[in-house]
Amino acid sequence: MTSTALRSRAWKLLEMVTTPLLPSDYLDLVSPLRAGGDLRGRIEAVHPETGDAATIVIRPGRGWRGHTAGQYVRIGVDVDGVRLWRAYSVTSPTDRRDGRITITVKAIPDGKVSNHLVRKAQPGTLIQLDQATGDFVLPEARPAKVLYLTAGSGITPVMGMLRDTEFDDVVMVHSAPRPHDVIFRDELHALVADKKLRLTELHTDTDGMLDIARLGELVPDWAERETWACGPAGLLDAAEDHWAEHGVPERLHTERFRPAVVVTGDGGEVTFAATGKTVDADGATPLLDVGEEAGVLMPSGCRMGICFGCVTPLKAGAVRDLRTGAITEAGPNVLIQTCVSAAAGPCDIER
Amino acid sequence: MTAIDPTAHLTAEQIEELGRELDAIRDEVIAGRGEKDAAYIRKVISAQRKLELVSRGVLLFSFFPPAWIIGTAGLSVAKIMDNMEIGHNILHGQWDWMRDPKIHSTTWEWDHVSPADQWKHSHNELHHTYTNVIGKDNDLGYGIMRVDEDQKWHPFHLAQPLWNFINACFFEYGIAAYDLELGKNLHKRRRKNPEFRARARAVGRKIRRQVLKDYVIHPLLSGPSFLTTLAATFTANLVRNLWSHSVIMCGHFPEGVQVFERRSIKGETRGQWYLRQMMGSANISGSKVMHFMTGNLSHQIEHHLFPDLPSNRYAEVAVKVRALFEKYELEYVTGPLPKQVFSAWHKVFRLSLPNRKPKATTPDREQELVAA
Ligand code: FES
Repeated sequence: MTSTALRSRAWKLLEMVTTPLLPSDYLDLVSPLRAGGDLRGRIEAVHPETGDAATIVIRPGRGWRGHTAGQYVRIGVDVDGVRLWRAYSVTSPTDRRDGRITITVKAIPDGKVSNHLVRKAQPGTLIQLDQATGDFVLPEARPAKVLYLTAGSGITPVMGMLRDTEFDDVVMVHSAPRPHDVIFRDELHALVADKKLRLTELHTDTDGMLDIARLGELVPDWAERETWACGPAGLLDAAEDHWAEHGVPERLHTERFRPAVVVTGDGGEVTFAATGKTVDADGATPLLDVGEEAGVLMPSGCRMGICFGCVTPLKAGAVRDLRTGAITEAGPNVLIQTCVSAAAGPCDIER
Repeated sequence: MTAIDPTAHLTAEQIEELGRELDAIRDEVIAGRGEKDAAYIRKVISAQRKLELVSRGVLLFSFFPPAWIIGTAGLSVAKIMDNMEIGHNILHGQWDWMRDPKIHSTTWEWDHVSPADQWKHSHNELHHTYTNVIGKDNDLGYGIMRVDEDQKWHPFHLAQPLWNFINACFFEYGIAAYDLELGKNLHKRRRKNPEFRARARAVGRKIRRQVLKDYVIHPLLSGPSFLTTLAATFTANLVRNLWSHSVIMCGHFPEGVQVFERRSIKGETRGQWYLRQMMGSANISGSKVMHFMTGNLSHQIEHHLFPDLPSNRYAEVAVKVRALFEKYELEYVTGPLPKQVFSAWHKVFRLSLPNRKPKATTPDREQELVAA
């Protein structure tokens, strides 16, 4: 018998020993970061960067496959007992010796996860991880001239690039409200002192927003540069227009952080993804009824919110709990009770 | 229905007001759910896993009598924890709000011969929706016993104390059969129903794996302790079955608990539904350990009012619920375990004999409720 066959036999036996659980349920108790388990990470340190930003040092589990500079990672963090998932750029270089990675998080107003990470995260906490992903990365072939155009926390993926790969001719234009809001300011200035970077720092509280039409005044040869831009949607939209107008759209690479904000309201268009049905729903009719009305086969039981026989993934949009009025937004592992939830804006139900 | 309706003094408005007050209690707990609660269930799960591992380990040496005793006791407790505080409550969706896919009503499987999804259907859906409604809630006597004076007596019922005892010993199998609605489905025609057959096969698979684990694999792993380990697992399963059967009997059987007629729930309002849960359930009083070992089903009344609230919150909810019972002059049926077990068994014996038809119910309350 080959060793793989032997191992799978042994594993089968182990599964019988632990039934109805899986061996991993026990292994997770002692070794949550092991290879072969679900990918997790452990927060090892939290370093403040500015008043509302911090860098989180994470030791990824053995299954971590590494990242490319500029990519982001999705992490699942338990905030007040509820697991929430967010994506953050990896800010550490790809060859960090101790195998740790860092993300740098800016607390946004009302941001549950960002505020938790910046202000409350404790070393030792386990978090859930996905493999790094994203194509806001440097190309294989080195461009001769590079421009990084960033604003606010848009600097984070670019910092990952700056720390990872050195170029001969790099210019950065970065905007932040005030000098002390500039994340990584000391490190940026050190690069400037070493002549590794030319930096234009704009303070929007005093200088006003960057007018992209006047970029040429700051970086005369901008059109010749391979450019990576990350920041608020307004900046990126303007940049895309500008690059297109000058006939060099292929030189511009952008990264948009926040996905479209979920609009919540009363009722909305409900899509049943599996059946491909779309219907209008009001804000008072349970989605279970809406689905059945549309001829979608919906699981159900008590129809009054107690049996959990109707839980269904919410793939997009938001719903309102008809009992408490609480809003639930779509996300990974978000399941809703369709018998007591109504559409709070357009939503997408996996049925 | 018993001769006197204990809720007759309440007006329709009062019942709706009661419903609103209960909703407020629920909302408060939901708003306050958080990190502490999540830490609680994680801690309980991890403690259960460890206790089971250690007990199974000790049983490898169970030819040595003290090891047998310690291992068997540990395994019994571990199995009780798995079924009661953990399995029952997670399968109720009490911890779904954490969005941890591992501790979720849709993914959880338990150390029990009834597959989780079948149990959820018969328990969460049928029993919790139709609590104590004769003919709709099969938990009432599990289809093998007569539990109310109004039910027709049959000579078969003479032996119901015996049925009940056998059911207690093999409770998990009783539950599996009950989840399959075996009695109803064994008729020739129904037996062929593909849906029933698929469910029966799922139960068969689960039983096979459970039996293989407890009575073959673990004893074999124990080598020279084969027989003693076998006896230990059998004992642990028996203890768990007797214990959960007792706890569950205390939930709806003791004297003072009401049962309802089918027509009484037609057009039931939220307030009336709550009231039925209040009158149809009974608690067990006792220490924290006692509440924990019953999976907090000692707070059966609170559990039936709010089946999806995290179990660790029932104790604080109970204080407020009890105050409502007093305010509305209703009887909060509770007592220590021995008393409640005795009361439930007493009823099983009493109703095994025929009785005279009880006097007519007080002025037709059901009509009134339907009209309300
Ligand atoms: S159908 Fe029972 S909770 Fe939705």
